[in-house]
Amino acid sequence: MAAQPDFGKELERLEAIVRQLETPDLDLDQALKLFEEGVERLRAARDRLNAAQAKVKQVLSDHAGTLKVDDLDS
Amino acid sequence: MFGAVAPDGAWSVSAVNRRAKAAIEQVLEPLWVEGEMTGLKDFGGNWYFSLRDSLSQLRCVMFRDDARRLPAAPTEGMKVYAFGRATIYEKRGEYQLNVTRMMSTEAGGLFRVAFEKAKAALAKDGILDRPRKRIPAYPRWIAVVTSVEGAALRDIMTVAGQRWPVAQIAVIHTRVQGDGAVDDVVRALQVIQKLTKVDVAIVGRGGGSKEDLQVFNEERVARAVAAVPVPVISAVGHETDVTLCYLVADARAPTPSAAAEMATPDREEVLSDLEHLGARLARGLAHRVDRMDERVGRTGDRLVGAIERRLEAVSYQLSAVSGRLDALSPLGVLARGFAVPRDPSGRVLRRTADFHAGDPFALRVVDGTVTARVEGS
Repeated sequence: MAAQPDFGKELERLEAIVRQLETPDLDLDQALKLFEEGVERLRAARDRLNAAQAKVKQVLSDHAGTLKVDDLDS
Repeated sequence: MFGAVAPDGAWSVSAVNRRAKAAIEQVLEPLWVEGEMTGLKDFGGNWYFSLRDSLSQLRCVMFRDDARRLPAAPTEGMKVYAFGRATIYEKRGEYQLNVTRMMSTEAGGLFRVAFEKAKAALAKDGILDRPRKRIPAYPRWIAVVTSVEGAALRDIMTVAGQRWPVAQIAVIHTRVQGDGAVDDVVRALQVIQKLTKVDVAIVGRGGGSKEDLQVFNEERVARAVAAVPVPVISAVGHETDVTLCYLVADARAPTPSAAAEMATPDREEVLSDLEHLGARLARGLAHRVDRMDERVGRTGDRLVGAIERRLEAVSYQLSAVSGRLDALSPLGVLARGFAVPRDPSGRVLRRTADFHAGDPFALRVVDGTVTARVEGS
């Protein structure tokens, strides 16, 4: 099973960036940095959502109880 | 008179029983009997009991292989239908009904009995009111415990694939009805805890008869559902089917499709949330830049003010200077009463020798020119 970034965490980070950017005392340099990070993360998240394609695997276990993951023929 | 009977023709006990058995079985075809259950005893899985009505009783036996197909043993006094063959147990010469099928005439029947029994056991162990796990908002791996041949899996794959293709689906195949299905489902549920990436599980099957759904009413299956380390969504049958599995699960879906919907966010909604965040991001930055603009503006105002003040000072100095210049101007002299005589060609007449009797000349005074003529010399 391939490693998957956690979408929830990603959204939380974005949310935090936006909130920080919305605080009144933040200098322009910081604001720009946050903005850039936010835009980059947004783009990545959007790309991931648009490109996502569900994969279905079947989990098989042999008599010894060893698990094996196969593509499910559908 | 008894002595007249010839013992030579006497029947053996077993011959009588065999004959009686054959006679009964010939006359009474297998049939359904309606009666009230009484005195049930279980010996090694074989049930011995009687059916009665207001007048009579009928001894019955239901052997293990048939009895274990029933969800539960009927309770004392329960009204049942029993199907079987009337016969004689030759060894004891006992007349009895060999029951192969049984149904309760009461609402919910034997399933109800089994259900309530298992439910009570689960309640006693605190499994029914244990705290429920929360379904994750953005699942990465969804485990599905069901039959790979069932419609439930198709429905779940379709809905989850459309709504949240980010998630991968791990199918753990199990038989969902028939012999061995209970062991199978329990084993499949236990597999989930080895799949460490899975963050939510769906267990279920499509609709079916009460008997078909029975596996999900088994106490062992319910306990296995409760033991799954991640949140479990129960998706058994249709809206109206309340199974034990449904009662112990962390979330309850009326159908497999609904379970897939519960397990996943909608991609379109998440995309629109992202748009929203993007807009806030842009607004946040724009706001910051506006504030910067304001600051720059204020600085500009100060600059203009300074320049204006400087200009004022300069112009004051200028007017002072121009006052001094006025004093030096010939007009100033004229203003004091002096006049400047010029001949018609405009030459200034400075000395008496410049004047000749009868010559015209012009006198420039402070507010204009007057013409004049020399009278004497």
